[in-house]
Amino acid sequence: MSTATRDAVSRKIVETLASFGPAIDDLRPEATLEELDIDSLDIAELAQVVEDEYGVEISGDDAAGVTTVGDTIDLVLAKLP
Amino acid sequence: MSAKYPRAHEGVALVTGGSRGIGAAIAKTLAADGWPVAIGYRSGVDQAQAVQAEIESAGGVATTLQADISQAGAGDALLADAQEALGNPVLVLVNNAGVRRDGLSPQITDDDWDTVVATNLTGAFRLTRRAVRTMIRARFGRIVNIASIVGIKANPGQSNYAAAKAGLIGMTHTVAAEVARRGVTVNAVAPGFIQTDMTEELTEDWLKLIPARRLGTPEDVAAAVRFLASEDAAYVTGTTLTVDGGLTA
Repeated sequence: MSTATRDAVSRKIVETLASFGPAIDDLRPEATLEELDIDSLDIAELAQVVEDEYGVEISGDDAAGVTTVGDTIDLVLAKLP
Repeated sequence: MSAKYPRAHEGVALVTGGSRGIGAAIAKTLAADGWPVAIGYRSGVDQAQAVQAEIESAGGVATTLQADISQAGAGDALLADAQEALGNPVLVLVNNAGVRRDGLSPQITDDDWDTVVATNLTGAFRLTRRAVRTMIRARFGRIVNIASIVGIKANPGQSNYAAAKAGLIGMTHTVAAEVARRGVTVNAVAPGFIQTDMTEELTEDWLKLIPARRLGTPEDVAAAVRFLASEDAAYVTGTTLTVDGGLTA
């Protein structure tokens, strides 16, 4: 996977998370989903966005260990073909 | 199309078990409200096509899709097929498909149990699970689960059906709470004794138990679904609307 692709996917994830409420500047990699008020429904929707855009399925188990924005991006990048 | 249903430009309705009885009435009613309707059916192809023809002759849009929703993967495929056939995602899902295998509990076989739960409950859940993903992204969705008063009140001879329908009502409550803030509502309609193929054998004695002194019609049930599927019902979620002529009152 190219760096450009990874950057595009990361941007898409951050944009999607921002659509749930947080300011885009607050979506630093180390920011926790809890402090950003991003909850399990938001993550379920993000999973659907990722599936629609990239054909990658994120299960509830996959998402269970995710606590920060960086974790979220890493999870999706790890699933990309 | 009525301006009351602007979402019908962006989505379609899927009615499982739409080839006859209550499902056919629901399909026709939603089509009359402007929703393109996918009529899901398992075996009644001629009946499903007759419903489609009736909708089209009234100026509506419909398609028929065969599926046995008790089978794994069938629900996902049905939703994808509906979108492909009608051009937009399913934003109104009516889980109406149901089967009965009646008997007193000591006589209910494993197959009687599994068949009823697989179609009436598991099939409805799988469709809901997939449809709701699209609906939360769309910030709009209507799921109406056709339960039964048997899921609320005892009816000897239907322990399997009662368990599946009570399960459907429980599922309705919880999924409704999960997705409410995305503009997606999830409700159940619990018909009482409705005049269909499934209630042909009911005797006159039953009528005395119904305060309204008549069986319900499929259209009585469809009217409740029409409301719950409408924009007007945006703040109604997680509820079970009984349509039973007062039987459980």
